[in-house]
Amino acid sequence: MSTDLTPPTARSDAERGEPKPKVKAATVWLDGCSGCHMSFLDIDERLIELAQHIDMVYSPLVDPKQFPDHVDVALVEGAVSSEEDLEKIKRIRKHTSILIAFGDCAVTANVPSMRNSFSVKDVYQRGYFETATRRAGVPDQVVPKLLPQARPIHEYVPVDVFLQGCPPPADVIYGLLTDLLAGRKPNLTEHTRFGR
Amino acid sequence: MTVPPARIRTLTIDGKDVGAREDETILDVARENGIWIPTLCQMTGLSNIGACRLCLVEVAGSTKLQPACVTRVEEGMQVTAHSDRLAEYRKMIVELLFAEGNHICSVCVTNGHCDLQWLAQRLEIDHIRFPYLYGKRSVDASHERFVLDHNRCVLCTRCVRVCDEVEGAHTWDIMGRGTNARVITDLAQPWGESTSCTSCGKCVSVCPTGALFEQGKAVTEMVKHRELLPMLLTMRGRQR
Ligand code: SF4
Ligand code: SF4
Ligand code: SF4
Ligand code: FES
Repeated sequence: MSTDLTPPTARSDAERGEPKPKVKAATVWLDGCSGCHMSFLDIDERLIELAQHIDMVYSPLVDPKQFPDHVDVALVEGAVSSEEDLEKIKRIRKHTSILIAFGDCAVTANVPSMRNSFSVKDVYQRGYFETATRRAGVPDQVVPKLLPQARPIHEYVPVDVFLQGCPPPADVIYGLLTDLLAGRKPNLTEHTRFGR
Repeated sequence: MTVPPARIRTLTIDGKDVGAREDETILDVARENGIWIPTLCQMTGLSNIGACRLCLVEVAGSTKLQPACVTRVEEGMQVTAHSDRLAEYRKMIVELLFAEGNHICSVCVTNGHCDLQWLAQRLEIDHIRFPYLYGKRSVDASHERFVLDHNRCVLCTRCVRVCDEVEGAHTWDIMGRGTNARVITDLAQPWGESTSCTSCGKCVSVCPTGALFEQGKAVTEMVKHRELLPMLLTMRGRQR
């Protein structure tokens, strides 16, 4: 019999010997180069430690095809650039508690926005005709239609945390996640900025 | 015997008592006393024009904000250089510069060495709350040594002033109004065809952003030589 007199409800999950429910996390890849995801993987062996607290429920790194109905924290990389991106970000916002704009493309539209001073017609002309070596033509299947411009996520849906950087340094991503797991909201501008 | 009029003024900045010469600006005195006020268009050695409004401060008795770089000290002045209101306005000014130009720091020649980028970080800007304009702006690479990229120009006119006041060439000017305003060389001819430019590079070294840079510089490679102007003016004995 246990000699501990503290009532179970006054003890933490860990003290009760019960595992704390894991945080449901997602990472999403919109119009970006995946550099932010690479930087996430650069957390290296600390990923094992994070994995004890996090359940990765949706990501290019795992299997599910549909964004789940409830996610605690989502890291969204990339600008909103196509009709598909727009649908995705709306669904993500609806089903996510803490939405993180992950990296400069998500925060500022960054490199994808370099097409914005041209019309979509001119962009298609350049990408699918002038530089095509065979089968010139705009694809009408699989590849989603471009929106008139690539724009940052927060211009479409509210964002909770802005994580700048191209890509954000691995240490800053790790610091942010551990802070969030501990219930703290860090001041990220101390550690990163546009273009870092 | 008549006593010469006092040449010293006493005032407070953020509650701190400070003394100043009567011909000094609030910014001068703040700097002498280690009080940081953000600036962008101001550059020691060039005339002060009060264009960017980042240095706005509150002066007791006036509801109008005053630009510290062009406001002379006065006896008994009570200056507030840091308040929530000022911090908010300063953030907004920098955010508007980002929203108006096309600043893509990750692929910029001055990434890591840029005053605008540094200010954004220092003022704790983590995103731009205003919709980006994504205007069409051109790049002039016609000069054999330098490049002008309008996408990164914040219209501080440091280039205009250094070329006029220090080099004496007056190659630069401003054309147009509002969001259409642009720096131009000579009568809006390509820089490379300028007959007044001596290719001295002073404009490039004082430009706070990646708008002016040396040919051939890649991302992060353009480091500005900020020490050149004070050194040059000291050697000429004309430190303003
Ligand atoms: S000039 Fe400065 S703010 Fe603009 S893109 Fe370059 S580094 Fe960024
Ligand atoms: S290189 Fe010298 S002369 Fe030419 S525009 Fe710049 S400051 Fe003026
Ligand atoms: S080119 Fe550079 S120095 Fe000249 S106005 Fe633009 S930002 Fe200022
Ligand atoms: S620094 Fe005073 S207005 Fe620009």
